[in-house]
Amino acid sequence: MRPRAGQAGMLDGSRAALRRIWGLVYRHLALYRRSWPRVLELMYWPILQMIVWGFVTAYLAGVQNDVTSVAAGVLLGGVLLWEAALRSQMGFSISFLEEIWSRNLGHVFVSPLRPRELVAGLMVMSVIRVVVGVTPAVLLAWLLYGFGLFAMGPVVVVFFAALLIMGWAVALGVTSLILRYGAGAEALAWSVLFGLTPFAAVFYPVSILPAWLQPVALALPAAHVFEGMRAALLQHEIAWGHLLAAFVLDALWLAAMGWVFMRQFQGARVRGALLNIGE
Amino acid sequence: MTKPVLVPPGLPTGAGGAPAILAEHLTKRYAPAAAPAVEDLSFTMPRGATWGLLGGNGAGKTTTIAMLLGLLVPSAGRIACLGHDMARDRFTALARMNFSSPYIALPSRLSVAENLRVYAHLYDVPLAEKRIAELAAQLQLTELLDRPAGQLSAGQKTRVALAKALVNRPELLLLDEPTASLDPDTGDWVRSWLERYRAETGCSILLASHNMGEVERLCAHVLMLKQGRVVDQGSPAALLEKYGRDDLEDVFLDIARGRSRAEVPA
Repeated sequence: MRPRAGQAGMLDGSRAALRRIWGLVYRHLALYRRSWPRVLELMYWPILQMIVWGFVTAYLAGVQNDVTSVAAGVLLGGVLLWEAALRSQMGFSISFLEEIWSRNLGHVFVSPLRPRELVAGLMVMSVIRVVVGVTPAVLLAWLLYGFGLFAMGPVVVVFFAALLIMGWAVALGVTSLILRYGAGAEALAWSVLFGLTPFAAVFYPVSILPAWLQPVALALPAAHVFEGMRAALLQHEIAWGHLLAAFVLDALWLAAMGWVFMRQFQGARVRGALLNIGE
Repeated sequence: MTKPVLVPPGLPTGAGGAPAILAEHLTKRYAPAAAPAVEDLSFTMPRGATWGLLGGNGAGKTTTIAMLLGLLVPSAGRIACLGHDMARDRFTALARMNFSSPYIALPSRLSVAENLRVYAHLYDVPLAEKRIAELAAQLQLTELLDRPAGQLSAGQKTRVALAKALVNRPELLLLDEPTASLDPDTGDWVRSWLERYRAETGCSILLASHNMGEVERLCAHVLMLKQGRVVDQGSPAALLEKYGRDDLEDVFLDIARGRSRAEVPA
């Protein structure tokens, strides 16, 4: 049966939208193909973090060879999963900054690429950057310390997904600030999520935090992911409540930051900031 | 569902229905208390014509072009490009338009071909590789397709920017100082090419320029801007006649300095 005219129009519109998103992704892949330092930089910090924390956990375990201890697992798991969130946020924000640095943003914004397609393209780039950046660290953790991240079970994929989405929400906030304050706000792309580390309960349970700080931590999807990770590693059970809370909070944060982004994008069009955002 | 075409009754539109550009009472203030960068600008540019925006620094040319492209929201007034209201339906219009400016770069690490491929995807150009090869041949870029865009000379970059601006076969082309910083020979080549392209395709072109010779040669109609307002307009010949001058540069100086024909020294 042939699709009706309306359906055909929608299909054509969706195909064109996917092609525009691919155009943006292709632009960044072509950049990485021609710039090996950028590719190296993607892997550098996750590997460095993993090595440092691997030795710290070996030291804390008291016995140099006892690197498969539960403590090592909790710390190394925390490092690797948190790196996924950090790289997700940076992958999104830095891909946007690449357009500013190359003074290309004006061309992008006068093309038919919709803001939601721009966001989708940046999310795809963020996933690619996470996979390329974190996979070598995961492999090295297994080779050097015998820590297999997937020992937690398939639920680890769900943990990764929840942290990726949280990274996107924070990145939308950072990108909004760049739209509002220009490239002068670019340092936030590297620092904002690091600043949330103490409240994200990456290396310790939320209950360790002072009582007044615990609601702050529990408002972050990451705190629920790491509680879930500890439950998987220590009690060998899946904390469904924490998983559900993580995704509900992800949805709320993503919707809120998406709204902020659209407001700032429209504001930038009113102020003329899209003309000189590089300054 | 097709969007309504915004053409006031009795408006001359040229070929193809709606005018290329319809601007009504456009005003832009960057801050409520600031002087307007553009004030009460109205014009109707027919299809298939080349028009020029002429004015000194700060006259409002870039602001006008940015509003026409949807990069900037007007404080007041309305714009329709190719019949599409830019406030409600700008993405449909943008797919049929394009833009080039020496002040907005293309990613310098990407090769010429990669850059053109990116924009072929963004504009959903069918048979993209064929179109890129065609443009490369027309603009003498074939040898440069694998070179990083950042390693090109100013003239080569201008030709690549033109190729990007033409990748979607635009019906409306906005050019901001298309020959700025080019040597006279390359500038002349670009002007000849634009003349031929418009004649062959019927594309409408609006160009902002400081180069009076360029405007005189390419444009059928000129909008003279000063402090955000249209202070005069007409064909280059009509403006020369009106101000009693031999070239547009003198007309430009007369307008910039507020001199009427009676005050022009014999």
